[in-house]
Amino acid sequence: MTGAPVPPPDAPVAGQGDAKGTSPGPTALRPARPRWRETLGLLARNPTAAVASLVLVGIVLMAIFDETLAPQGPSEVSVQDRLQSPSWAHPFGTDDLGRDILSRVILGAGVSLRVGFLAVGIALVIGTLIGLLAGFYGRWVDDVLMRVMDMLFAFPAVLLAIAVLAVRGPGSGNTALAIGIVYIPIFARVTRASVLGVREEVYVRASRSVGASDFRLLTRHVLPNAAPPIIVQTSISLAFAVLAEAALSFLGLGTQPPNPSWGLMLAEGRGFIDIAWWLAFFPGMAIFLTVLCFNLLGDGLRDVLDPRQRTLMAGGGR
Amino acid sequence: MSAPVLEVEDLRVRLRTPRGPADVVNGLSYSVGAGETVAVVGESGSGKSVSVLALLGLLPQGVATVTGRALLQGEDLLTMQPERLRQVRGPGAGMVFQDPMTSLNPVLTIGRQLVEGIRAHTDLDKAAARRRAADLLGEVGLPDPAGTLDRYPHELSGGMRQRVIIAIALSNSPALLIADEATTALDVTVQAQIIDLVEGLQAERGMGVVWITHDLGVVAGIADRVLVMYGGRCVEDGTVDDVLENPSHPYTRGLLGALPDLAQPAVDGVVPDLATVPGVPPAPTDLPKGCVFWPRCPVRGDARCETEQPPLAIIGSSDVALPHRAATWCTESPARAGSTAVSGTFGTGSPGTSGIESPRGRLR
Amino acid sequence: MVVLAGVSVIVFALVHLVPGDPVRLALGTRFNQDAYDTLRERSGLDLPLVQQFFTWLGSAVTGDLGVSFRSGDTVTSLIAERLPATLTLALASILVALLIAIPLGTISALRPRSIIDRFATVISQFGISVPDFWMAIVLILVFAGTLGWLPSGGYVALSEDPLGWLQRLVMPAVVTGTVSGAVITRFVRSSVLEAIGADHVRTAQAKGLPARQVFTWHVLRNALLPLVTVTGVQLAYLLSGVVVVEIVFSWPGLGQLALQSVQARDYPVLQGAILLFAVVFLVINLVVDLLYTAIDPRIRR
Repeated sequence: MTGAPVPPPDAPVAGQGDAKGTSPGPTALRPARPRWRETLGLLARNPTAAVASLVLVGIVLMAIFDETLAPQGPSEVSVQDRLQSPSWAHPFGTDDLGRDILSRVILGAGVSLRVGFLAVGIALVIGTLIGLLAGFYGRWVDDVLMRVMDMLFAFPAVLLAIAVLAVRGPGSGNTALAIGIVYIPIFARVTRASVLGVREEVYVRASRSVGASDFRLLTRHVLPNAAPPIIVQTSISLAFAVLAEAALSFLGLGTQPPNPSWGLMLAEGRGFIDIAWWLAFFPGMAIFLTVLCFNLLGDGLRDVLDPRQRTLMAGGGR
Repeated sequence: MSAPVLEVEDLRVRLRTPRGPADVVNGLSYSVGAGETVAVVGESGSGKSVSVLALLGLLPQGVATVTGRALLQGEDLLTMQPERLRQVRGPGAGMVFQDPMTSLNPVLTIGRQLVEGIRAHTDLDKAAARRRAADLLGEVGLPDPAGTLDRYPHELSGGMRQRVIIAIALSNSPALLIADEATTALDVTVQAQIIDLVEGLQAERGMGVVWITHDLGVVAGIADRVLVMYGGRCVEDGTVDDVLENPSHPYTRGLLGALPDLAQPAVDGVVPDLATVPGVPPAPTDLPKGCVFWPRCPVRGDARCETEQPPLAIIGSSDVALPHRAATWCTESPARAGSTAVSGTFGTGSPGTSGIESPRGRLR
Repeated sequence: MVVLAGVSVIVFALVHLVPGDPVRLALGTRFNQDAYDTLRERSGLDLPLVQQFFTWLGSAVTGDLGVSFRSGDTVTSLIAERLPATLTLALASILVALLIAIPLGTISALRPRSIIDRFATVISQFGISVPDFWMAIVLILVFAGTLGWLPSGGYVALSEDPLGWLQRLVMPAVVTGTVSGAVITRFVRSSVLEAIGADHVRTAQAKGLPARQVFTWHVLRNALLPLVTVTGVQLAYLLSGVVVVEIVFSWPGLGQLALQSVQARDYPVLQGAILLFAVVFLVINLVVDLLYTAIDPRIRR
């Protein structure tokens, strides 16, 4: 070869190759942590993800201020207003007990989001920890932990959740636990793959060679650099956690009446589908919209943070 | 020399990129005769690969705009109907690519990949095409040609795969062979074998060859003529002897200075450093005004360097069939410039004779 | 095998952690202490858990999954009864899914960033996000209610009433197929896109192959690998996880059986069903691996 630093010959589209030329080279001892400002900036340039995040902020605000926003209480029964179709007084109509559906959809947001965040929180903490240990220590730690994760993964997601709920009894908290357990293996796998990617990087080995403790290595070097796929996975998992909560509540195993959960409202509305479509339609739209926005946000984040697409499609089954 | 196999005239390629239009090739002209080898030399990003992919319409559709003329045996490739172009790919021009590890389909057998190419242009039945495929594999020097037909690419080494790719390129006896960095990804010893193979095949078949490379060592070994590309332009061309022995463009001299000079021993016990051409090639979205090389040029001094684009001007005798040309404002006296400014800046001694002998020495 | 053994331990442990006494529940109002003790003894529930586990495992290996507490039928026969409906729905759904995914994914990969691509991306994102049970309800409302074209649910065997079978199959298959199809579409798009960009495609073009041949043998053929994997995952999911859709369409499949057995604390049936799903999952993985070897010569040897 010639001695000139002639990099591999030109890529067909030379202009694009040059675009990446400014990124820090392999000599940088420790890559920068995910830069939030830049991430947000890139995200804002993806119109779909930007709109999705705005809608999500709206939904979260709605869930926080639900009592103020809802025109009526969740259980305000009014017999003379039963099964009214959508109108100015009741934009989403009323149900068989005369309760305002708009109010119940607003109040249901809190339940759905709380269960969703809690479930993903459980999966995130436990799954990431397992994946971190398995990926960092390798050998038998990896074998044992990942084999257990495989077993958990071999269960059909919905059935595993149903089984957990059968053991623990129905209710919001247990629903979150059930969904969380289902998602643990997903986070464990994503984290492990991501950790394997950074474990052998120069900066990790350099820190190790100067005698940094495992704990310090893990928290200061490995985790921050392995984080992007985990962040993407979190957004996507939130989508499916909301969906799963709705499904379990629909089956009567999740949130219990009279609490306003979207899935439960759908189940209740199903019996009136012939005479009052709005009972089931609006809660379904609410689920759809929330799930869609989390997915779109996850997609946008993936484009920005995880161009190699290491994240799994959530839900294993979906 | 007989009528040229390939005649390229004012070839221009503009690519649409996220950062605006990129002028990757800017007015390239050359011709290749039968039995002749033209080497196109340049760094990454100089547009050399794009310039040949454009000839056969292999650039992504909708992204590239190609203008100019490219006559292959008298027929313009750039204005051809897609179906005619397909017929020309193969029998008209065969192409060998850079990376033998990825240029073969991993899930199809070698035989299949050869046979489909043969059958796309002939009426041979499967058995006959297979026999021809085996003959070709023998011709490119693979042991056990018949057995290799039923093997998959991953079962062969890089050098063997490159031989297969050459066999594919030759399978319809093309008038022109284009080798795009065909030896770059290979070990040095394998490189030499592949080069010998192509030279041998060329002598047998009388093909024209366009050899794209960034390796001047290879150029010295095989080329009849050299074309040095920089920033999508031809900055110097001529016979291999003219260009290598009397490099006139500062960039060419830089490249030659950049060769590790094995023939030249250490001076006073100090091994000379490998010289480099400092800086990086310009982005094709943002070419400098004036001479494309001036931002990196060590000898710029003419006022016109930064403002006016130098034309390709004949250096030395214009009476020969292939005049030596360079596009620079500072070629008046290459010998003197070479011994003073350039050698000082680029570092490794004079780019004179010793600098050229070495690449040949490495190959032969 | 290790995974399967682990799964059976987990299944067993999980099911026995369920609070509530199945025997008491099974006897219902006919409860008296004698009958209770007899039934407990007969079901082996008075034995230590570890012994129960090995008894269950021993017979499970021979295909005997025990007897339902609720109906007294063997678990094997209950599962066998539900199997045709589940298989029918799963296969029909995967068919619908592939019919949606392959053309849509391919077209959008061929014209990346075009209107069609953006449209396909939006559609598949909708399909992934839509709650399947809600879509089921909406379809019932429109096609069974308003238009009255299709029955709102139920199942008849193909041999009994081919037309009725088809009519009842359409909606559930469309619902589950849409969701799976949306997922597969994205995989098809990305794997075709990757295959198109591969170097060997250029080699094929440079040979002068007709475009159709380049596409079939050098793009689609190579994009098949990821497609097989994702289709396998989806099929495993469809064979086990469509509980909610089965409920909405009163489709007598395994998901419904599993849900009923949870509600009735019918241990043996639940154990059997979950074990079956785990086996299905593993078998499908195995089949995917085998298919892989058939498709990709690099994995053979």
